[in-house]
Amino acid sequence: MRAYLSERMGAALLMAPLLLFLVLAYAWPFLGVVKWSFTLPTPGLGQYNALLTDDLVQSVFIRTLRIAAIVTVVSVAAAYAITVVWVRGTPAQRIIAEFCILVPFWISVLTRAFGWVALLSNRGLINTWLQGIGFISEPLALVRNEFGVIVGMTHFLIPFAVFPLASSMRSLDDRVLLAARGLGSSRMRTFWSVFVPMTRSGIIGSAMIVFVFSLGFFVTPAILGGGRSVMIAELIYLRIFQSPDWGLGAAISVVLVLFVGALMALLFRYVRPKQLI
Amino acid sequence: MQQPGRAAEIKAIGIGKSFGSFRALDNLTLDIGRGEFLTLLGPSGSGKTTFLMILAGFVQPSDGRLFSDGVDITERPAEQRAAGMVFQGYALFPHMSVEANIAFPLKVRKKSATEIKRRVSEMIERVGLKGHEKKLPEQLSGGQQQRVALARALVFEPGVLLLDEPFSALDKSLRGQMQAEMKRLHQETGTTFVFVTHDQSEALALSSRVAIFNHGKLLQVGAPDEVYDRPANRFVAEFLGEINMLPLKGVRSADNGATGLCEDRAVSLRGNADAVGGNAILAIRPEHMSIAREAAVGENGIAATAIASTYLGAATRLDLTTRQGAKVTVSVPNEVAAAALSKGNSVWLTWPAEKGFLLPDAGQ
Repeated sequence: MRAYLSERMGAALLMAPLLLFLVLAYAWPFLGVVKWSFTLPTPGLGQYNALLTDDLVQSVFIRTLRIAAIVTVVSVAAAYAITVVWVRGTPAQRIIAEFCILVPFWISVLTRAFGWVALLSNRGLINTWLQGIGFISEPLALVRNEFGVIVGMTHFLIPFAVFPLASSMRSLDDRVLLAARGLGSSRMRTFWSVFVPMTRSGIIGSAMIVFVFSLGFFVTPAILGGGRSVMIAELIYLRIFQSPDWGLGAAISVVLVLFVGALMALLFRYVRPKQLI
Repeated sequence: MQQPGRAAEIKAIGIGKSFGSFRALDNLTLDIGRGEFLTLLGPSGSGKTTFLMILAGFVQPSDGRLFSDGVDITERPAEQRAAGMVFQGYALFPHMSVEANIAFPLKVRKKSATEIKRRVSEMIERVGLKGHEKKLPEQLSGGQQQRVALARALVFEPGVLLLDEPFSALDKSLRGQMQAEMKRLHQETGTTFVFVTHDQSEALALSSRVAIFNHGKLLQVGAPDEVYDRPANRFVAEFLGEINMLPLKGVRSADNGATGLCEDRAVSLRGNADAVGGNAILAIRPEHMSIAREAAVGENGIAATAIASTYLGAATRLDLTTRQGAKVTVSVPNEVAAAALSKGNSVWLTWPAEKGFLLPDAGQ
């Protein structure tokens, strides 16, 4: 019992610096934000009432959810494919996959967003090339809209979607796959009716991570959306810094944090934390 | 392996398998008869599991050909061979219910829903899993999971059932129960069973024939009593159970077997003297030796001193040393052991001529 207690004390001490930092840098200031949402410009529930009636706020919320949902589906699907190669490929394939997963972590989100602008804009590489070969006459609208935002966010989030998937694929018992084939199941069928269902917890974890990250995206939608596909984080920024409406900005922040908190609670009900790494 | 409902006859000719420079299996030629219960027995790394994986189609042999009912299936992929297979650790589908696990091979074969339902419930009844249909594998005990694995492997009536150490995770009493059950399933289905184990008592208890492997080579194939009583070499003799080995000199043929000198005393035994040369090893199982006050003229016997005894319940195991220092173990009735130890410990060991056999001196 004493050993157990001291072990717990040790763990608490090791976590203390991080906890202290989170409390001082996030939790405490956030309480201030909560206070603003109820007091600015006048005390009361006025800002939350405005959230329910303001068309702009509502359309931004809906757009954010829609973009996050699309990004989640595309990122998890793409990550699934690359993770299969990373975990179950030949040694050479594994190295290439690992490279593809890790390199994006070394490039800043800003650089990548501008990289996509260079590729996707009206006079960008893709449009000029397609026009050059005569495939299209007018440039395609690939950026400064939702499409550009989705492309940029998906590209950023795929590596994050990989880790929960890899963890579930690594813990999968190979003999179960052999058993399926031995019982007469083709490779395709084994993949869909045995492999994919067995990595379910990885898919859930991966989807939750991508979805939660997507909700708070700022830089990528600001650059690739070109002010036309505003997402919730950009809206908060605008309310705080551009049209000084701190109360509304604070109320949106509080709602976003509560929503994300609820999603995280749901995630940890279904997936054990160690499956996410 | 391709006709459902009919036991397969398998012929392996010169099968070999190398993993890099490691020779896992070497020049194996073996016929597996229709409806037979063949056990592949050997220590780990002996090649027995590699051969099972080659039979299943999960491993491609480096050399040799494999035939099922006369058809060459060497290159046929696993899913088209569809041998029933029970894995070590069962390899059940963790996300499917008992019912769905057993239905899987039938669904893959696109059987009608009514047929699947009928055959799955038949199989569930047969392996005694009624009432557990909707449970997930993790909600079952080890023995029940084992039954699901057997049911899933047998439900599509494969020509051959391959079993890879299926009982290694079960405790001893459950093991005995499952062994009996498997024997019953073998008789009921009439399917060819190929069973891998490293447990010699399991092999002897279950099989119609035992194939003994070591270092990638098939050493001997035969009925359990045949390999136990007439092992082809020292490895087989030792692997199948405890055995006493005594140096034997001046071995030569005699009527009905051979004779030789064991610790300066003439002994007679079964076996072919020409095959082993002048000096050989006389091998006798512990349960075939008895303790006597003295050996009669013409009777096989050597003098020995009892040094220790171990009470085993039904019998006592007695460790002795012969005059020339060879160590011998015998299994004798409890009161005989007590008497042997009390009598100044000096006794005679005797054995019937037909229970001693010859092994080459060098051994393997």
